[in-house]
Amino acid sequence: MNVAAGRRQPLLDGVEKVTGRARFTADLPAPEALAGAILRSPLAHGEIVRIDTSRARALPGVRAVLTGADCDVAYGILPIVHNEYPIARDRVRYCGEPVAAVAADDARTARAALERIEVEYRELPAYFHAAEARAADAVPLHDKKPGNLEREVSHSFGDVEQGFAGADLVREQSFHYAEVTHAQMEPDSALAEYDPARGRLTLQSVTQVPYYVHLTLAQCLKMDPAAIRVVKPYVGGGFGHRTETLNFEIIAALLARAVGGAVRIELSREETFIMHHGRPETDIRLRLGLKRSGEITAVEAECVQRGGAYAGYGVVTILYAGALIHALYRLPAVRYRGYRVYTNTPPCGPMRGHGSVDMRHAFESLLDSMAEELGLDPFALRRANLVSAPYRSANDLQVNSCGLAECLDWVEQASGWKERKGRLARGRGLGLACSHYVSGAAKPVHWTGEPHATVNLRLDFDGSITLLTGAADIGQGSSTLLAQVAAEVLGLPLERFRVIAADSALTPKDNGSYSSRVSFMVGNAALAAAQALKQRLLDAVAKRLEVQAADIECEGERYRVAGTDRSLSYAEAVRSALEDTGPITTQGTYIVPPELQGGKFRGAAVGPSPGFSYAAQVVEVAVDEQTGEIRVEKVWVAHDCGFAINPLAVEGQVHGAVWMGMAQALGEATEYRTGLPVRANFLDYRFPTIADSPPIEVKIVEARDPNGPFGAKEASEGALAGFLPALTSAVAEAIGMRATELPLTAERVHEWLRARRRAERVRKAAGGR
Amino acid sequence: MKRIVTLRVNGRSREDAIEDGALLLDYLRERLGLTGTKRGCDGGECGACTVLVDGAPRLACLTLVASCEGRSVETVESLAANGRLSRLQRAFHERLGTQCGYCTPGMIMAAEALLRENPHPGEAEIRAALAGNLCRCTGYVKIIEAVREAAA
Repeated sequence: MNVAAGRRQPLLDGVEKVTGRARFTADLPAPEALAGAILRSPLAHGEIVRIDTSRARALPGVRAVLTGADCDVAYGILPIVHNEYPIARDRVRYCGEPVAAVAADDARTARAALERIEVEYRELPAYFHAAEARAADAVPLHDKKPGNLEREVSHSFGDVEQGFAGADLVREQSFHYAEVTHAQMEPDSALAEYDPARGRLTLQSVTQVPYYVHLTLAQCLKMDPAAIRVVKPYVGGGFGHRTETLNFEIIAALLARAVGGAVRIELSREETFIMHHGRPETDIRLRLGLKRSGEITAVEAECVQRGGAYAGYGVVTILYAGALIHALYRLPAVRYRGYRVYTNTPPCGPMRGHGSVDMRHAFESLLDSMAEELGLDPFALRRANLVSAPYRSANDLQVNSCGLAECLDWVEQASGWKERKGRLARGRGLGLACSHYVSGAAKPVHWTGEPHATVNLRLDFDGSITLLTGAADIGQGSSTLLAQVAAEVLGLPLERFRVIAADSALTPKDNGSYSSRVSFMVGNAALAAAQALKQRLLDAVAKRLEVQAADIECEGERYRVAGTDRSLSYAEAVRSALEDTGPITTQGTYIVPPELQGGKFRGAAVGPSPGFSYAAQVVEVAVDEQTGEIRVEKVWVAHDCGFAINPLAVEGQVHGAVWMGMAQALGEATEYRTGLPVRANFLDYRFPTIADSPPIEVKIVEARDPNGPFGAKEASEGALAGFLPALTSAVAEAIGMRATELPLTAERVHEWLRARRRAERVRKAAGGR
Repeated sequence: MKRIVTLRVNGRSREDAIEDGALLLDYLRERLGLTGTKRGCDGGECGACTVLVDGAPRLACLTLVASCEGRSVETVESLAANGRLSRLQRAFHERLGTQCGYCTPGMIMAAEALLRENPHPGEAEIRAALAGNLCRCTGYVKIIEAVREAAA
């Protein structure tokens, strides 16, 4: 063990990144490419009465102008809801929605052409919050969706009434969360090339899931998917923004076909914000029942999400918010009602911690305040409710490994909780929270019956091994991890491996990089492919040395007959293996076993996963009581990733997840005024700089999962959700404020402190009389 | 209006006809093909396009090429000498100071400016020098480690 897996491995593509040689989509050389640009709706809701592109077409240098009339196929990530067009047809539903697109000789001409397109709208009433859109007299955004309800979920597991009746303490609380967005550093961009002679299309784009883009292009352009190639260059972050096929990708392809050549679209930062697909504005009402011992007896939750103008992943998000209440703690009875609402804002979608983050804040926060009422230590409360694997939750999530107890022990010790909690200086506080996440969805969105993941390994005469995967490395280090898995199985140095990823002409189909599926699912496929290749080598060596394959021992790059000095070198083994067959390609796949695929009720497909990660964290804050500013002094986080195939990358992922939770907790919020995004830039959409970011100490806990590759589970998302409640709990200790609304900006804290001072003055004055 | 601008880019002399309003970022990326310098925002918000002009960090997206007349511009592509990684590049690579890599060239150039000025900065000095460079992946923890290692 541990030739490669378990080693702190710098990224295989790290040198390209630090030298500037890494080519992201906007860096791809294509001097012949025309410039694409998109005209966007100035209205949040309206009918398109008339659209006249003649003046734009007449402009010299303009090569194509498209409107909604040029694509009549609706698309959407979920096969059950296709209600978005790449360019709006007849109706616009959010400010910034594409209404026309231009390809021109250069960007300046393209922009000038946009200004010459005339659009006449008939304005409709627009709704910017879920409550307005749900009003009885609200105009429906979509057909057959009265009350603008995209999806209503009603789930009940266990005897909730009995659970509350048996509780010693029942409390209810409402929470509100602002909408947040991914804000990955790379703006959206695509390069489309259409070859009219062969009727073929190549799209290079910033996607996390090239396969979905491929499917959607075939559908919207009514092309044979075999005539399409989708390539993912280096991608500058995703965090869920690029999981769904995005309108500009389809528009780039439509423009390329219209001009019979290459078109490049580079969205501005503002347009990238409008593209959105992030975490929705959310309202939660939560009721918990607890025994005096801290044991949870019942949960009732209601969640309303402002979904934006189109479906996207909406149904999945509202289901996740309910499903992932389960499986962190033992919960005997849970009732959940979810409402996903259409509004005239940019569509929401999946964002790191998909669906689970706001609900986790509400849950942990309410637990924390109830622990205080019961006089229980927050650690004791969590320990009273731990899951012990194997465990099947009330909603049929199967947990086969859980290292949360060890996570709790470590953060308690490392933070000095026992010695310091309750004894900190004025304005300081410590807070604890736990969280968890899936290692991929047991049922993929596009259910085809095919394996969840497929990896090919190719061995050729030179002894090099090429790993071919459709998994998209978006900076998380998936290509490096997959090579480590294969190298470990084969017992060969990592230098022998090359990874080719995410090019549909070369690599096997993959469901892509989302819901933290790659380590577990694609990792297992890489493991299987490597085992198959190893067997081929062993068989060849055995044949050559006239022994049984079982008698051969691998010693790095030498294969020896056990207990003898008869052996073959790696190069000889390769020659023997290739002798009769030529170059070898082996295939490994991963299929989620049926018992891990969850229950049978409506909505049961969302939540189940072959492996759950667990995390606990303690956050220390200092609150400035004059300004309301919260400073995060330190974070101690323990994450159970089953087995760290690349501990260096696991640390980096946990850092990033915790930090992203911090950014949401302290400052991030989109804002729309009459539908117009007013924070679509990095100055108004605030997140911490390096100057405001705390040290984050990471402990990797390894509760090996029986089904993970070497026991590995996810490491990129599970620690995010815990930061938010740990922070608000720390603030509660520091100043007594229990935040039920995020972000917890300095303004909000300042306002609360002022109100408290005012109340104190009133009380004193009253007492003095 | 165009003018002839003479400058040095990564040690090589150049003389180019430049639109008066042309930005250094577009000149580097489009004219010279130096795509290591990134555009991350709509102007001056993210630091991804940080380059050195006469050794000082500058945002190429807010710098007119015309203002670089007679000056020396250095981009991330200049750091590896004969292909060997600089200390900063090696440290960012080995310490995982880079994840997606999009902010990395700007981050490294800002750190390069710091280390030339102050070869052994403390953590607070590193934080101050890189405060204009946004990263969405790392939480900045390993970026600080990388700069510290390069400065050790």
